[in-house]
Amino acid sequence: LLLGAVDPAHRRQAEATAEALGLMSVNKDLVAASSTALVLAILAERDSYGYAILKRVRGLSGGALEWTDGMLYPVLHRLERSGLIESRWVKAASGRQRKYYRITSAGRQQLADERRQWQTVDKTLGKIWERS
Amino acid sequence: MDEKRTDNAAVDPLEKQIQAWRAHLRKSPTITSQDAAELEDHLREQIASLGADGLSNDEAFLVAVKRLGAIDALTREFAREHSDRLWKQLVLSGDQADGSAGSLAAGWSRKMWVALGLAVAAAVAIKIPALFGIQFDAEPGGAFYPRNISFFTLPFIAAYFAWDRSLGRWGRIGLLGVFAVAAVVVNAFPFPSLPGRIPHTLVLTALHLPIALWLVTGIAYVGGHWRGSDRRMDFIRFTGELFIYYVLIALGGGVLMAVSVGIFEAIGIKVEPFLQNWIVPCGAVGAAVIASWLVEAKQSVIENMAPVLTRIFAPLFALLLIAFIVTMVSTGRGIDVKREILILFDLLLVVVFGLLLYSASARDSTAPPGLADWIQLTLVGTALAVDVLALWAIGSRISEFGFSPNRVAALGENIVLLVNLSGSALLYVGFFRGKVAFSRLCDWQTFYLYVFAAWAAVVAALFPPIFGFA
Repeated sequence: LLLGAVDPAHRRQAEATAEALGLMSVNKDLVAASSTALVLAILAERDSYGYAILKRVRGLSGGALEWTDGMLYPVLHRLERSGLIESRWVKAASGRQRKYYRITSAGRQQLADERRQWQTVDKTLGKIWERS
Repeated sequence: MDEKRTDNAAVDPLEKQIQAWRAHLRKSPTITSQDAAELEDHLREQIASLGADGLSNDEAFLVAVKRLGAIDALTREFAREHSDRLWKQLVLSGDQADGSAGSLAAGWSRKMWVALGLAVAAAVAIKIPALFGIQFDAEPGGAFYPRNISFFTLPFIAAYFAWDRSLGRWGRIGLLGVFAVAAVVVNAFPFPSLPGRIPHTLVLTALHLPIALWLVTGIAYVGGHWRGSDRRMDFIRFTGELFIYYVLIALGGGVLMAVSVGIFEAIGIKVEPFLQNWIVPCGAVGAAVIASWLVEAKQSVIENMAPVLTRIFAPLFALLLIAFIVTMVSTGRGIDVKREILILFDLLLVVVFGLLLYSASARDSTAPPGLADWIQLTLVGTALAVDVLALWAIGSRISEFGFSPNRVAALGENIVLLVNLSGSALLYVGFFRGKVAFSRLCDWQTFYLYVFAAWAAVVAALFPPIFGFA
């Protein structure tokens, strides 16, 4: 869903770059599945806005999690609509209005839940791979 | 700030590019101005960051736009998330989509209250005669309501539009005068009290007076500017939408009443007399006023329904008429001339006229002739052929039926519509040959409102005395 719109050439190029840097790019379904947890986790650190969230994701994953920038916003709007985050317009240093997002208490609960689930998956896979 | 932005746009090519990009983005109904602002902020930040890395403005813009994703894909993704925005919602008061329309919202709700007040006034007015012992469902003896139903509805609609359009003093006086004269004349008519039936001329008056007065009400709708063809066309559009809204409200009212009868019957109470004497008349006149206001309120929100229906039914009626002509010719059967046959063919012409009128009302006047126009011409041509065949069959025998008021009215209506459709057919042919602009056809139709008003007034006001109130 999230990566559906990235054009193949761009994607291949990104994959090639990632490989050259010794990184693995992540499957698009996995990227989409992890988007909720990622956005909530980043917002749990501090309030933020679209561009900064993307920059953070890129920085944390070393470029392995490739999002088309624009696709972040529908995700943010979906989370806002389900009450996990809330938004407000703030005047940025540049003088422009900027939409900041903040995690709500429901969002924190959701994040805790997501965290448990991802850790379960991680642990399970970890046990298998330790043995082999 | 806006000024600064336009200044920059004039000087800075980057600003120009961003403006164009944003304008393109805003074309999608699923992206609100807030979304566009959010995405623009992202784009600018990205450009600034890329610029800091040493890219030129042009390069930075291209890369940033690319990273943000193709606009098509972006809007599609937004549409998936905000599918509700694809359905335009009727906002009656309060929050307007752009947020900047506070005064507009206040205007809306004031209109709503005025319309509601007038609807209540109409509902009260229609029950005032009951104080003098005139019942709504009474036997036709006095025939008070058939004569006067227009006066319990149309003046209230006219009053709403006179208020909304700030109709001038002379317009108000003129409207009031027409309604008053009509009321006096119709009630002064000495219709005889016939046992068990209503006089034919009274039925004619009851049918034609509302049409004439409705067209007079149109003067209030167009704010007195009834000489302009475009304004009259607006009134035609309004009439079609009002009809559809009224039918929908009436259907809802029917369900409401069926349910109330049912649940009260369950506890052994009969509410039909109350419903018939109160809810039906009050609801019927109140709903007309409310529907008038609703059509105005949703005008720019919902697509007009009447042209949609004509799109569906024009080809079907054209096929029906072709099939009828083919059958008639191949079987050699003539039209079986019965007494009421004229009314049947009048109805056919009314339907064809409506289909033609409402497809013309929604057509872009500057577009070249297309398939829809061919269908219209076929429809009108076949309807004319069928009607001429019917008139031919009737003509030989009309004298033997005698010239009763009903028959003269039906024949007159047939001729009025025949002239209208013939004129339309000629204009259509001219339009196909590139000699006539389509707007001429619209002018012809809107001009015809005068003819309809005059004819309806003649039938309503002159037929009873001419035919001795038979």
